[in-house]
Amino acid sequence: MAERILMKGNEAIAEAAIQAGCRHYFGYPITPQTEIAAYMAKKMPKIGGVFLQAESEIASINMVYGAAAAGMRVMTSSSSPGISLKGEGLSYIAGSDVPAFVVNVQRGGPGLGGIQPSQSDYFQSTKGGGHGDYRMIVLAPASVQEMASLTVKGFNLADKYSMLSMILADGTIGQMMEPISFEDVAVEHYPKPWALTGTEGKRKHNIVNSLYLNPEVLEQKNFERYEKYKAVEASEVLYETYMMDDAEIGVAAFGIAARVAKNAVAAARAEGIKAGLIRPITLWPFPKQVLKDAAEQVKAFVSVELNMGQMIEDIRLATECRRPVTLCNRAGGMIPSPEQVLQSIHAAVKGGN
Amino acid sequence: MKTTQILIAGFGGQGILFAGKFLAYKGLLEDLQVSWLPSYGPEMRGGTANCSVILSDDPVGSPIITRPDVLIVMNLPSLQKYVDAVVPGGQIYVDSTLIDEKVRRADVTAYYIPATQMAKDAGVGTLANMIMMGHVLKNNPELSFEGTEVTVQKMVSAKKPELVGLNMKALEAGRDYAG
Amino acid sequence: MAIVFEKPKALTDAVLHYCPGCPHGIIHRLVAEAIDTLGIEGRAIGVAPVGCAVMAYDYFTCDMIEAAHGRAPATATGIKRCRPDNIVFTYQGDGDLASIGMAETVHAAARNENITVIFVNNAIYGMTGGQMAPTSLPGQVTQTSPYGRDVNHCGWPIRVCELLATLEGPEYVARVAVNNVKNVKSAGKAILKAFQNQVDKKGFSLIEVVSACPTNWGMTPQQALKWVESDMLPYYPLGVYKDRSAAKEAESK
Repeated sequence: MAERILMKGNEAIAEAAIQAGCRHYFGYPITPQTEIAAYMAKKMPKIGGVFLQAESEIASINMVYGAAAAGMRVMTSSSSPGISLKGEGLSYIAGSDVPAFVVNVQRGGPGLGGIQPSQSDYFQSTKGGGHGDYRMIVLAPASVQEMASLTVKGFNLADKYSMLSMILADGTIGQMMEPISFEDVAVEHYPKPWALTGTEGKRKHNIVNSLYLNPEVLEQKNFERYEKYKAVEASEVLYETYMMDDAEIGVAAFGIAARVAKNAVAAARAEGIKAGLIRPITLWPFPKQVLKDAAEQVKAFVSVELNMGQMIEDIRLATECRRPVTLCNRAGGMIPSPEQVLQSIHAAVKGGN
Repeated sequence: MKTTQILIAGFGGQGILFAGKFLAYKGLLEDLQVSWLPSYGPEMRGGTANCSVILSDDPVGSPIITRPDVLIVMNLPSLQKYVDAVVPGGQIYVDSTLIDEKVRRADVTAYYIPATQMAKDAGVGTLANMIMMGHVLKNNPELSFEGTEVTVQKMVSAKKPELVGLNMKALEAGRDYAG
Repeated sequence: MAIVFEKPKALTDAVLHYCPGCPHGIIHRLVAEAIDTLGIEGRAIGVAPVGCAVMAYDYFTCDMIEAAHGRAPATATGIKRCRPDNIVFTYQGDGDLASIGMAETVHAAARNENITVIFVNNAIYGMTGGQMAPTSLPGQVTQTSPYGRDVNHCGWPIRVCELLATLEGPEYVARVAVNNVKNVKSAGKAILKAFQNQVDKKGFSLIEVVSACPTNWGMTPQQALKWVESDMLPYYPLGVYKDRSAAKEAESK
């Protein structure tokens, strides 16, 4: 068994990326994820990789676009305001169907917001962010170990489907240390015949492009892309359930909120309340079926979020509003306490808010 | 099943995060589940710093501590801020060189260690934090003092081996302090 | 029959979409000739801009990518850092390079990124139908400066070569024009040198090509070429603004 070492969540992402074969990192400093850049700056030159601090988030995502088009495993990382700036590049990468891996260690917003942990970029990451019809695979780690394992998964999925994948973490998981081991790193390789390598005179030129002036062709491109997304939805959904077997109150939460919610569910169980937890690990594709099935069984859902209520909309859609869903939240960099979540569970038992 | 929630607080520059790291590494070597969560951002730069460490036999749920079992404070504002959060039956460690106030709660055990003065006297001026840790280990047998040196070796840079001895000196001074 | 004139191998057979009298065709050809001369077609990777040359990816036979508006130097950086042995070039207009992409331009130059930048300056936004560019001349009438560019209101046109020449970073910065045969020949030489520099791993080379836009200037092609001579070149003097290797050589003599 690999040795357990203590690592910050941000560092775990960086190390896992390297182990996953990423040798190209382009970024721009922003709290609370700068440890990723610092780690890359230290390691990459020693292993023949490239760390480059770009002049802006905009430049860094477009460097990622170039590197991805060149066929490389490449990543960038940022925090909320920086991800907004990367929105343009994300859209181009999506429209060109090249794979890239992006990390968002969220902080409170909107605007410059704050630097404390938040989950208020759920909409941005799962519904868009950049312009146009596109999706990203959005992975929500809830531990330092998952920061690493989902990073490897993120690279693999991006290459498998030739699309964007994103880690949607938050300042807490980025900054905290937990024991971690790197024994399960399984790097998958996929051919990239479309990559810009130079023709060497042996083939017709490859073009990486998102421009289609003929609307019929562009429509077809969108249709094809959404076929791919359907395949992702069919086979890449990830979630964890905790004490859901006989649950009457279904708590749903991801990332750090799920850690808090788990404590609350345990506390509720200790009081004899049949509470359980559904933790989406992929926010897109969203684990609709498990929520839909849970709606047959529970009396009510509680969505625990570090925002003004974003995932709650997907819960209502997935459950077709068959059960009441209440929100238990803090915003702006605040985190709900287990006691607050427990109170929301009590309220749900009583059928109120 | 046992879970110990430890909150360490003081000024930035007192080695609050390092002390927390020490406990986390110690727990790791004891095969416990651990989490270490720092305060981060501008408040670290010259302001207050705090650090939450959870040691548990089971996987750690929330890494955020609202009700610490053990509170270690190295300045007055931190004592005032967190004293009421400590669970009944908990422990509070006070650096009595820097904090004149006493803990006004009867349902917790308070330990007063003049750590900053002791560090000066022992010639380990910046290691009051580790003197505090030595006293914490002494009163929490499940953490035990055994293996402390290995823990310290894990933490300090290989380029500065002399730091192992200095940290050990501070930890031992804290352990041996009779109060 | 002897063949006396041919299309460069580095150009595809696609019919160019440019307006009648537009010098983009000439400039494409000069780029393609440089690629042919150096025999680098098989390892060249081109970055197309947003602007009139947006579909340049269809015209060059090498691998191509279409960048976001202004970001070509960043995208080229990403490619070059991954594939340092490939020859990476961008082909950008004035709005793309000197307005929205100024940061990317300046920083790629400052890093001495080993890429070749072809910068076509025709003092107007062509693709969107003739709006004021960062290089539009004082008094120049465009769709968004209908009373002539008022420098008190919207500032002065930017001289990119002069600006970049102040940086330590770039290897080679030169301004050429394509308004007559002599200038076209010099432009070809400068573009060739800009690619040769990259092959020699010397670093960032930028060739500003003063060009014309008869359509949006509202002129005939002949009038437009005359206007380049009479109005543009006095504001944008031709010449080499930075040549580090040449300067070093001169110093060592």
